[in-house]
Amino acid sequence: MNTILNAKIPSGALHEKWDNYKADAKLVNPNNKRKFKVIVVGTGLAGASAAATLAELGYQVDAFTFHDSARRAHSIAAQGGINAAKNYQGDGDSINRLFVDTIKGGDFRSRESNVHRLAQVSVDIIDQMVAQGVPFAREYGGMLDNRSFGGAQVSRTFYARGQTGQQLLLGAYQQLSRQIGLGGVRLFNRTELVDVVVVDGRCSGIVVRDLLTGEITSHAAHAVVMATGGYGNVYFLSTNAMNSNVTASWRAHRRGAMFANPCFTQIHPTCIPQSDESQSKLTLMSESLRNDGRVWVPKNADDVRPADQIPESERDYYLERLYPSYGNLAARDVSSRAAKRLVDKGHGVGPLKNGVNLDFSAAIARLGRDVVQERYGNLFQMYERIAGEDPYSTPMRIYPATHYTMGGLWVDYELATTIPGLYAAGEANFSDHGANRLGASALMQGLSDGYFVLPYTISNELAPLLNKTIPTTDHPAFVQAEAEAHERFSGYLNVKGTRSPDWFHRELGKIIWDYCGMERTQQGLEKALSELPALYGEFQKDLRVTGTGESVNQTLEKAGRVDDFFQLGMLMCRDALDREESCGAHFRSEYQTDEGEALRNDQDFCHVSAYNSTGDPMNPDLVEEPLVFETAQLATRSYK
Amino acid sequence: MRLINDLKLKVWRQDGPDAAGHFESHTVEKVSDEASFLEMLDQLNERLILENKEAIVFDHDCREGICGTCSLMINGQAHGPQRGSTTCQLHMRTFKSGDEIVIEPWRAKAFPIIKDLMVDRSSFDRIVEAGGFITAPTGGAPDANLILVPKPVADAAMDSAACIGCGACVAACPNGAASLFTGAKISHLNVLPQGQAERYKRVEAMVHAMDDQFGSCTNHGECSSACPKEISLDVIALMNSDFRKSKSKNRKALSRS
Repeated sequence: MNTILNAKIPSGALHEKWDNYKADAKLVNPNNKRKFKVIVVGTGLAGASAAATLAELGYQVDAFTFHDSARRAHSIAAQGGINAAKNYQGDGDSINRLFVDTIKGGDFRSRESNVHRLAQVSVDIIDQMVAQGVPFAREYGGMLDNRSFGGAQVSRTFYARGQTGQQLLLGAYQQLSRQIGLGGVRLFNRTELVDVVVVDGRCSGIVVRDLLTGEITSHAAHAVVMATGGYGNVYFLSTNAMNSNVTASWRAHRRGAMFANPCFTQIHPTCIPQSDESQSKLTLMSESLRNDGRVWVPKNADDVRPADQIPESERDYYLERLYPSYGNLAARDVSSRAAKRLVDKGHGVGPLKNGVNLDFSAAIARLGRDVVQERYGNLFQMYERIAGEDPYSTPMRIYPATHYTMGGLWVDYELATTIPGLYAAGEANFSDHGANRLGASALMQGLSDGYFVLPYTISNELAPLLNKTIPTTDHPAFVQAEAEAHERFSGYLNVKGTRSPDWFHRELGKIIWDYCGMERTQQGLEKALSELPALYGEFQKDLRVTGTGESVNQTLEKAGRVDDFFQLGMLMCRDALDREESCGAHFRSEYQTDEGEALRNDQDFCHVSAYNSTGDPMNPDLVEEPLVFETAQLATRSYK
Repeated sequence: MRLINDLKLKVWRQDGPDAAGHFESHTVEKVSDEASFLEMLDQLNERLILENKEAIVFDHDCREGICGTCSLMINGQAHGPQRGSTTCQLHMRTFKSGDEIVIEPWRAKAFPIIKDLMVDRSSFDRIVEAGGFITAPTGGAPDANLILVPKPVADAAMDSAACIGCGACVAACPNGAASLFTGAKISHLNVLPQGQAERYKRVEAMVHAMDDQFGSCTNHGECSSACPKEISLDVIALMNSDFRKSKSKNRKALSRS
């Protein structure tokens, strides 16, 4: 078990570290690359870009996705844009400023060296994606257009209408498809990871389940990359796609990969509020809407008049009032909590009084309907489809919802987990966003990890393994893992209880949302930690999965995912209880300033909390990685 | 919120690719008009599990109309009666109490049924693998602003790139053709300056991969009206025009022009 964490940060000044690393990294001769097999799990931005680039270099790549096609990964749903320190607008941006904004946005709970590298390679990402044919928005002269985003005072966000994630993913998917066509990558679709195999302390491969036939098979490799996304669906209701899950990361964790900062989960301020009890998914409205929309609630909590009948003097534009310099563009966690407080006080709008207004009437008056339509047309249309109201004439109703998880598998500077040979990229790792992620930074990180970081660090790892034999899939560790996987899935089928996996998922989600959501307290977390094992016990005794394990069975798939969410949920609450401070998205009510802002405790908590699995997520083994800030100034975050 | 009562569902059930299928009838006694169509199916599945029956298999994921995973012929229309939207964006307020709703999988030879309402659309991936990309290996790209793209060109590329690969165009086509899907990908890349180097190689390879798997296009136009992203039929014209050029022009002459 790991007791000390070595982040392997290269020597030199912050801005020289990545160059120094690359200069010293070991390389694999082009003719030898084909002797190495690399497995990539997940084909979102991080996975597809890593698989394609590694195959271009000459490695044999096997890529796995549980989707029917690599193009479906949830990266596709990102709307607003991707940040890069290009300074094309000449408005004072630089790599250093993007670095500082990201560190500050993360409330000083991320690792300086990783974040600085992210800012450095951000500029290469835009070049690469343009070369691949991503149709970014353009000015009339043909140059790239930018927009501004929450948490920044420069315009550095590149976008493709409201579908930036889709266009970037299609770019990476096209590059992956090219490699599939050339034979560099073998793609296993509709195949889900069920275990990670470790032999003599090294990751030797994975065990997967074919979702169409239920067949369980093993795959051996020299290195394995987890690009399997985040775990926001632990809340049941979130903006994540229905199938996004924590299973791959969690299985790796159980086999020895440490899990870092599980309680750092981000609540996005602009989602469409829940409309009824049976809802299964929440929809995000891009944060870019806050560029032109004004957020308000009625000053009088009992005011039920339609928005257009409430005079200006009786409206509370609370973000503009509380945070005059950032206004409606205050960081995500700050905006979310402000909305929650007003709704909790009864100022909510809509039939269930569970939202706040996002009003475009001033923007329409100022810019004209056509300009607003050009900027946000598809988002307005999406809102209208779901809510049945026209945002050109009535304000949108929005409310925060779970969106992104900053926590994830612990990785060092090389994106290696604590199992040698196992890497984690994109949302699946914890490294770059600290306690809160800024808008338009998830796409940047996914592509940075996949295109520009992993190809270097994996070569460095593989070079010494040349001509050494690696365990094959008939090794007892693979055989054992396969047997356990069979047992696991037949186990769910054999409980024959009375409740569906979705029922348990919904109940689990309520506990996590109530006690480990936007605001957390010691009392609440202790309550959650007493309720979770009981509910999990019920899950193990009273689950019902109909059908069989030999053909497509979505109920069975769900059961496995809910099982892992339960265990993760316990670890999240443990971590949130342990972190006795408020930072970024982690808001402990006991630790706040007189004005209700997050109160960090740098004396005791300026560290990454990483957990070893003990087999019991209620009692994990905590190891701290101290965070040292040599360049960025540890300061209280303010958006006032 | 309003309740919709007594919906009569006829749902296609099929155990596997080679099994015989049949319609199964279900009554949905009440559902909120705020619920999405897929949430209505979720609720039906919950009930089936409680009745110890196997849940209906259907593909879905993002539930916000962008991933292209969901499908379904609803009363004979791909993605249902609402124009320009996917099944997951369809809400129950579109229906009224007592309605009969027939739910079938995509119907096309190139999309074999896997189980119930789930089909195999990997034939689309084969088309993209044949040439639906720009060869730009990681690392060598010039500064992004060195490639100027006039706004109308970027906008036109984006209009085509909006395709989500759901397959509604094929399902709606009486010939089971994939011209709208293939044309959209070709138009996205072939209008951009970055896409010129491989323009004719691309169209040739993709059209051949399409013809190997799908039916022929007769410009029926059902594809475009079923398309959740309302991709224009123009993309088919561009594809055909480029394909013709790829066949008739001497490649060497082309490289000198």
